[in-house]
Amino acid sequence: MAYDKFNILTSSAVPLPIENVDTDQIIPARFLKATKREAFGDNLFRDWRYNGDDTPKADFVLNDPTYSGKILVGGKNFGSGSSREHAAWAVYDYGFRAVVSSFFADIFKGNCLNIGVLPVQVSPEFAETIFNAIEADPKTELEINLPEQTITLKATGQKESFDISGYKKDNMVNGFDDIDYLQNIKEEIVGFANQLPY
Amino acid sequence: MSTTLFDKVWDSHVVRKIEDGPDVFFIDRHFIHEVTSPVAFLGLKERGISVLYPERTFATADHNTPTINQHLPVQDALSANQLKALEDNAAEYGISHWGLGHQKNGIVHVVGPENGITLPGATIVCGDSHTSTHGAFGAIAFGIGTSEVEMVMATQCIMQPKPKKMRINVNGELSKGVGPKDVALYIISQLTTSGGTGYFAEYAGDVFENMSMEGRMTVCNLSIEMGARGGMIAPDQKTFDFLEGRLYAPKGEAWTKAVEYWKTLKTDADAVFDAELNINASDIEPMITYGTNPGMGIGISKNIPNANQVEGGTETYKKSLAYMGFEENDVMIGKPIDFVFLGSCTNGRIEDFRAFTEIVKGRQKADNVTAWLVPGSHVVEAQIKEEGLLDILTEAGFVLRQPGCSACLAMNDDKVPAGKYAVSTSNRNFEGRQGPGSRTLLASPIMAAAAAVTGKLTDPRDLF
Repeated sequence: MAYDKFNILTSSAVPLPIENVDTDQIIPARFLKATKREAFGDNLFRDWRYNGDDTPKADFVLNDPTYSGKILVGGKNFGSGSSREHAAWAVYDYGFRAVVSSFFADIFKGNCLNIGVLPVQVSPEFAETIFNAIEADPKTELEINLPEQTITLKATGQKESFDISGYKKDNMVNGFDDIDYLQNIKEEIVGFANQLPY
Repeated sequence: MSTTLFDKVWDSHVVRKIEDGPDVFFIDRHFIHEVTSPVAFLGLKERGISVLYPERTFATADHNTPTINQHLPVQDALSANQLKALEDNAAEYGISHWGLGHQKNGIVHVVGPENGITLPGATIVCGDSHTSTHGAFGAIAFGIGTSEVEMVMATQCIMQPKPKKMRINVNGELSKGVGPKDVALYIISQLTTSGGTGYFAEYAGDVFENMSMEGRMTVCNLSIEMGARGGMIAPDQKTFDFLEGRLYAPKGEAWTKAVEYWKTLKTDADAVFDAELNINASDIEPMITYGTNPGMGIGISKNIPNANQVEGGTETYKKSLAYMGFEENDVMIGKPIDFVFLGSCTNGRIEDFRAFTEIVKGRQKADNVTAWLVPGSHVVEAQIKEEGLLDILTEAGFVLRQPGCSACLAMNDDKVPAGKYAVSTSNRNFEGRQGPGSRTLLASPIMAAAAAVTGKLTDPRDLF
């Protein structure tokens, strides 16, 4: 299923400098009951964002109008825990197109790549620089250039490059997904399956 | 060239390698459940494609099923809708379906091995991170997202870069009262919740060689909690004995041939790992967690560490303790608790119920404790009754519920109320995991049993 193409994203960012943000926080299990991929953004960070009576928690960053943008900057080990792709859907549906962290959990990172949200892994030092820059000026912009594999603080020009495989980069730039690729090599897969013991 | 167990299984399943990209990785067995599959089926429908090998996918309902009155219609409309979607999708695409009420129904990671769907040398995935459980049989098994569930149904492959390899050796003698859960929680406390990220683990050493299949499943199940995609243990006679005669296990000549192959599945003596961790079994105490990720675990006799003793940021650490209502340097023993949960894909097998029963036998459930005892499957449930464990549990004031994931992730009605403490044999102590505001302390079945009969955190070794 093709998704949005990703090329260069320039946006202010929302900071969440908490470590080990697990996917149960990103979207609690009780919101996984849908049979369609809709409206998961409403429950992004549900229990950090709302009180038990559904009133917003004023001190949570998503409820603070000071911060906005299409980039979420998280603490170390972002997206750990459950494999629920709903977490990546919630991030996307809320309006984020990229997540920046000094370290990602594997499954969450893969899920993001599969739906067109770009995980950008930066050094701990650069993550700190970004958090400080946002704190100093919440409207400060980041530029994420996927073809060049760079992330830049626009105000100062401070820049770092990030890793992504050539295959995944190509997919994201063109909006292709893995099934498109796999469907094209089906005969090879069937041939392979026929020689397996089980 | 010397290779590892992991290499042997991985390399034999690579359909093709993509230059500067992932491997096209063939999946032998695929489990699906009601929560992470509906959108994958929708994707198939939108693309207008069928399931390539329906006989390689197995559906069971577990995540949001009720654990009482399973013969009645499911009350929660959204849960009922998901269960119906699984049933309909399985029927439409010709996939085996063990729904609610089916005698083979249960938690996906319990029923897979029970029915011999899980086999050594196989590659197994499921839209659930605890798929790592099946590594106990020498399979490569790991959790995937819904896009990948769709991928597997469409093409029986996923796109996966080969992880790095880590070996975790635990040697020596485990102390009395220390079991597989404690070994796993100890490893995670050493590695932290992200120390295994990017790796696939092999568990080696005499502790795992001497461990039962149920225990090995508990250990492999928790691999994801240190960030590793999965963990595996070389198959041996115990593995073969467990599998022989099970529904989907090979039979007759095919069995003999399979065992011959399985015996080759081990790491060569001089194979090299990207990382190696050595642990002395006697260093491990009965474990308990005190924070909001599974890496925050300590021996029951220890005090909660101070912020300056732990890796990572002080702010995150203090936020975690504040959520739990604990302070640095607190003593764990004696802390009051409210709920006890025995069950889940981590500790919902017969051996776990035996261990729990051994402690509560001749004692009474504490009045201040609500206990949920949830078998991992109907097979486990039947065994609990056959072995006479149910009589002992009933006598001690406990009630046995019906199989499902239950309070592990609280998608059904088994929710721990806000602010309450639950000693849980499950796998995650994340904020709100067992219900909004719930506070989870992860532990072994005997630690849970000790808490259930004393109403507070108790060193289970004092009750032998």
